[in-house]
Amino acid sequence: MNAPIMTINNLKMYFPVQKSKGKPVYVKAVDGVDLTIHKGEIMGLVGESGSGKSTLAYTVMGMYKPTGGQIIFQGRDISMSSDKRPLSLKKDLQIVFQDPGSSLNPSHNIRQILELPLRVHKIVKREEMERKIAQILQMVELSPNYMYKSPASMGGGERQMVSIARALATDPTFIILDEPTSALDVSIQAKIINMLLKLQQEKQLTYLFITHDLSLMRNIATRVAIMYLGKICEMADTVEFFRNPLHPYTRMLLSSIPVVSEEEEALKPEKVISTGEIPSPVNVPPGCSFHLRCPEKTELCFREDPVMLEVSPGHLVRCHAYQKTAGVHVA
Amino acid sequence: MSNPVLEIKNLHVWYRTYGGYSRVLDGVNLHVHKGEKVGLVGEAGCGKTTTMRSVLRILPEGQAHIPEGQILYHGNDILKMKPRELQQVRTRGISMIFQEPAAALNPVFTVGTQMFDVIKYSGLSKEESRKDNIKRLAIQAIKEVYIPDPERILNCYPNQLSGGMKQRICIAMAIVTPRELLIADEPGTSLDVTIQDQVHRLLRGLVEKKGMSLIMITHSLGVARELTDRIYVMYAGNIVEVARTSDLFANPLHPYTLGLLSSVPKLTGGGVAEGIYGRIPDYLRPPGGCRFHPRCPRAVRRCREEKPLLKDLGGHQVACFQV
Repeated sequence: MNAPIMTINNLKMYFPVQKSKGKPVYVKAVDGVDLTIHKGEIMGLVGESGSGKSTLAYTVMGMYKPTGGQIIFQGRDISMSSDKRPLSLKKDLQIVFQDPGSSLNPSHNIRQILELPLRVHKIVKREEMERKIAQILQMVELSPNYMYKSPASMGGGERQMVSIARALATDPTFIILDEPTSALDVSIQAKIINMLLKLQQEKQLTYLFITHDLSLMRNIATRVAIMYLGKICEMADTVEFFRNPLHPYTRMLLSSIPVVSEEEEALKPEKVISTGEIPSPVNVPPGCSFHLRCPEKTELCFREDPVMLEVSPGHLVRCHAYQKTAGVHVA
Repeated sequence: MSNPVLEIKNLHVWYRTYGGYSRVLDGVNLHVHKGEKVGLVGEAGCGKTTTMRSVLRILPEGQAHIPEGQILYHGNDILKMKPRELQQVRTRGISMIFQEPAAALNPVFTVGTQMFDVIKYSGLSKEESRKDNIKRLAIQAIKEVYIPDPERILNCYPNQLSGGMKQRICIAMAIVTPRELLIADEPGTSLDVTIQDQVHRLLRGLVEKKGMSLIMITHSLGVARELTDRIYVMYAGNIVEVARTSDLFANPLHPYTLGLLSSVPKLTGGGVAEGIYGRIPDYLRPPGGCRFHPRCPRAVRRCREEKPLLKDLGGHQVACFQV
């Protein structure tokens, strides 16, 4: 395995929402996440809406100053907000947002959109700008004719290609992809994913791929982590993860996926009837935050929050059911 | 087989735009029998929702124009109905669940007020439309969608409920009085996968229990596979393939269906397929012949010149010259 490019230690991001009896109440969007991402990896971060996966991404990008914990990127501590980070570091760390409709400025044309990162980071001289932009567009398989189009005149897939081009403009080493394809149709998603994989190979990029689509992760990620209410509850290499899902939440997620063939049906774990909904992160239940929905809860789960446990090399799970038997899966 | 509950024949719908008529639906044929669960599958912008909205005649007035076609509900053409008859279909015959539950519920009225209205206008007898009876029906419907504490829910405003709960309320409103046909327009799309699974199971259970027919609009082949008996695959305003669900997945024929199926990421792994070249056509100037030909890997000259009609291959219909 390659050297780690990013290490996140006990990262916390709380947002104050209201005051009750003079004391502020917090939404614990990210609550103690430990994550190591290795160079050249595609790390899949999966969770339902409200699980804190986007907040984690935005905190890493420096849009928020973390409440606690540490982010180390390429050997440097970047746990400060974006305006305090060195410019050279920002160049290496880029993000692609979910909805290209709202992340591209509608009053700018594609040239202006792609010019901005090049100007900020002083990558090319003014005379060479046009050539460089054409080259960037080429990387995402768009013709230079797109330079003077506006985002509104393009399809959703093409717009997302432009967002990806914008992230690539500074020649980064690490890209966070925040649900880049969930607003798109599957036939277009397939194209974008293939392009992302090709770019990753060519440029030796590292991706943190945030999504709610486990089937997609099965096909492209090297490792998968599941997030629930601000915490990671299971993490493993992709093959191991899908062969031997341990956490009850993971199994609930996997068994809820609608699939298109019998072979896939056979791979799903035994049906875990999904019940309940993700609770509000303001009132996180005591003990294990999943116990309200868990079919295998015991009395211990109400009282005590489980700790992360490595059941086999690289396979981590945060569930009481595995604490006692360490390593042996009892279903 | 009995007469279909709903039959759409050669439906064309155009939208008036600044640049001329946008010819969205181009001869859609579809039917649903009693107790049948039918899926209408296609990508964004292919006309699924337009088709179903024309059934209830809730297309944007003034913009939509129906030059041709019939929508027969028990043999009566909905497109020619007088307002009073149409109202009967809407209140007693067909109900619809929309994609975005947050937008389908009025934010300034409580759930109770909105549900009571649905019941009040569903043509109950005077005896039945007494206040306590209406409330009893509403509570019963909320119980049927497995929401605890229905009395409290009736006094809630939609914004006090989660997305999954709102969608359950929409389902409860659709089934609160007996209907024959339920049209569900992507009911799980805006929800998380575990909640989507709950909503789908609930929907299937209710439809089966009440002997209703269901038209399920979805862009996800996986959802259609789990919920329906028969599937219509739609592309750019045309039905391109019709088959029983098991047949469609065992033996997909149309190049579009094949492309769509291969684009879905599989749990079995093995990478992601190429996707389908190009994008959905501009309806102002739709391509001639088969509307899929600019994107089709198997297109020949005939596909550009002539529009393929649905061919019947033993219950499995497909609109393609190459099959």
